Amino acid sequence: MSDLLAARSQMAMSLMFHIVFAVAGMAMPLMMVIAEWRWLGSGDETYLVLAKKWAQGTAILFAAGAVSGTVLSFELGLLWPKFMQFAGAIIGMPFSLEGFAFFAEAIFLGVYFYGWDKVSPRIHLLAGVVVAVSGLLSGIFVVIANAWMNAPAGFQMQNGVAIHVDPIAAMLNPGTLGQTTHMAIAAYASVGFAVCGIHAFLLLRRPGNLFHLHALKIALWVGGIAAVLQPFSGDMLARMVAKNQPAKLAAFEGQFKTEAHAPLRIGGLASERDKSTHYALEIPGGLSWMIYGSTDATVTGLDRFPEQDWPAVPIVHMSFQVMVGSGFAMMAVALAGLWFGRKPSELAKRRWMLKLLVAASPLGFLALEAGWIVTEVGRQPWIVYNVLRTSEAVTPMHGMIVPFASFTALYVFLGIVVAVLLIRQMRQSV
Amino acid sequence: MSLEFLLGGTILISLLFYAVLGGADYGGGVWDLLASGKSVKTQRKIISEAMGPVWEANHVWLILVVVALFTAFPAAFARLSLVFHIPLTVALFGIVLRGCAFTFRHYHGHGDGHAADEMEWRWGRVFAVASLITPLVLGVVVGGIYSGRATSDVGFVYGWFGAFPVSVGIFVLCLFAYVAATYLTIESDGHPEAQEAFRRRALWSGAATMVAGGVVLLAGETSGISNGRTGVSVWAVRGVTLVVALAGLLQVKKRHFQASRVLAVLEVALIFAGWGAAQYPYLIPPDISIYSAAAPVGTLRALTVALAAGAVVLFPSFYYLFYVFKREPVSQSKHYGR
Repeated sequence: MSDLLAARSQMAMSLMFHIVFAVAGMAMPLMMVIAEWRWLGSGDETYLVLAKKWAQGTAILFAAGAVSGTVLSFELGLLWPKFMQFAGAIIGMPFSLEGFAFFAEAIFLGVYFYGWDKVSPRIHLLAGVVVAVSGLLSGIFVVIANAWMNAPAGFQMQNGVAIHVDPIAAMLNPGTLGQTTHMAIAAYASVGFAVCGIHAFLLLRRPGNLFHLHALKIALWVGGIAAVLQPFSGDMLARMVAKNQPAKLAAFEGQFKTEAHAPLRIGGLASERDKSTHYALEIPGGLSWMIYGSTDATVTGLDRFPEQDWPAVPIVHMSFQVMVGSGFAMMAVALAGLWFGRKPSELAKRRWMLKLLVAASPLGFLALEAGWIVTEVGRQPWIVYNVLRTSEAVTPMHGMIVPFASFTALYVFLGIVVAVLLIRQMRQSV
Repeated sequence: MSLEFLLGGTILISLLFYAVLGGADYGGGVWDLLASGKSVKTQRKIISEAMGPVWEANHVWLILVVVALFTAFPAAFARLSLVFHIPLTVALFGIVLRGCAFTFRHYHGHGDGHAADEMEWRWGRVFAVASLITPLVLGVVVGGIYSGRATSDVGFVYGWFGAFPVSVGIFVLCLFAYVAATYLTIESDGHPEAQEAFRRRALWSGAATMVAGGVVLLAGETSGISNGRTGVSVWAVRGVTLVVALAGLLQVKKRHFQASRVLAVLEVALIFAGWGAAQYPYLIPPDISIYSAAAPVGTLRALTVALAAGAVVLFPSFYYLFYVFKREPVSQSKHYGR
């Protein structure tokens, strides 16, 4: 394994580990707060128990998210020192703002977790709201930095140096709106579906259990609404990618040739050797229509770019199909769940619906991880699109396989422990 | 006052907050590791409950230091990431294990009998050992920075592998342990045995801090590391630091725990002031200064505004967190963890 590949793998592994906990830190507080709010409104103690139970799970997830996020902030420099030297001044701002959002989140989580009998119920709920809002803001700020790597703005290049640096313009880059929206919705959809599946599973075992019914209802609303909205935000984002990063979009779709009347390919295997995508279900003119609103429009293919500037097309295409497929399946399940869940007690009687929710519960996280592979691998070989190559930014340090292997071992171990602890936590539930 | 000076100072002060807040949490882990005597269970419980609500917020100071550093002084961050790749990676391992183990201990320890006790004990060891190693390694990095070895062509080992950086590492570890012990004497109010144990530890670690600090100073002056960088003002700060350190120990001895806590924090602040003054204007001597590494002025302006706005939100929030949880000693409060 080359040092570059080891560094990329370490970054990928660190991100894929952290994102699970990061989205939990965004979405779990919202669900906790809804449960607590329902308790204050209805006086139903079950909601209070639920809020506390979810808070315990969140405490475990948040700790892992906080420390794995610290690792990433250092890894930006440890693995990509030349990237940070170049980009720090341009795109450090959203990271700094994220620092404050994260402060607010950590401070008020402390109040929320430990303050049940120390502050008034209203203040406690308010602390939860601050956590939920700052969690969302943290996610948005970090994704802004990623959007800039895809659609760099706010500077000009002169002899390899950035001049006329405008950090605000960098934050408002053309990728920001699409990516932050897509990621925020993804957080609620993935966590909502996962939690929904857990409580549906427990409800199948203990029919009529009010605790799990309440939990299911809240998680279904949060995850379901997000899942219904997500394909629309994805569509918006894909159009932006088509405009800013045509090579990346071509890789999403396995579009090797520049052509009018480009088909939408569902599934299939992209082959860089044959320069075509096999075994896909093709809808004629579909891609042209989705991007430009006309089936006759010309879609730029990979043939317009030198092969050395292509991302790993088979990986990007495959991940994109997994993400989109999961997304549409979730949308369908969400619509069914929300329809039959108008009366939660009715929902609990339809065991097939509960089973469907259990089956769909990993789809959100699957789509989330696949989506990050799409955006990160799809940006290659660039670390800053069309400005700086990943291979130019990597640390000159040798033996990068050592930290990669050690961090992988550590994260696998921690992942297993977190899973065991969460399962124990649920077993002890009502 | 230039923006570079303002931002460099803000970063140093943020690092100071990390030392007196996050540093004390590491020190708490050290005292968990070294807990002994009849009140050993009480000692560990007091440490755990004192850290519980605040350690995550305290930890964010480090993240703020990192992001502010790479925004305002990207060249300095790049150099640090290169020269100190190995110790920083070790520190990250320590940070991950410390935080996770602290939380896991709490949840693994819940419930059923012997197996739970066993798991709680194991996670406790991980937490404590990681709390010992992390500040040591972070101190080594600080020592490497101050020593002026971290040049661009130094490779990945020489910049931090040496007697001086290691002596700074030991000094930082002693200092964090001392600060933690002075806080814990207050948290253990109402538990005379544990309080006495923490008082003894404060005395020992405070004395050890002074010895280690002396060694660092001596090594710095005799090896030529501080050559030409320590003027009268630096020596003045060092003199005041010595007086404050002695006064702090005296207050511990006389059981004036509130006063000793204030003096311990002041001691850390003076050490940081001395460090900053001796190194000014360099972030990483001998060549990276706050001026040579500074980002373009537009970025510095935007960051200054962001930090000022953030501080308006941050300080009241922090005040509230400590107001809720630190009004009364842990041992007297009615809350029993999560």
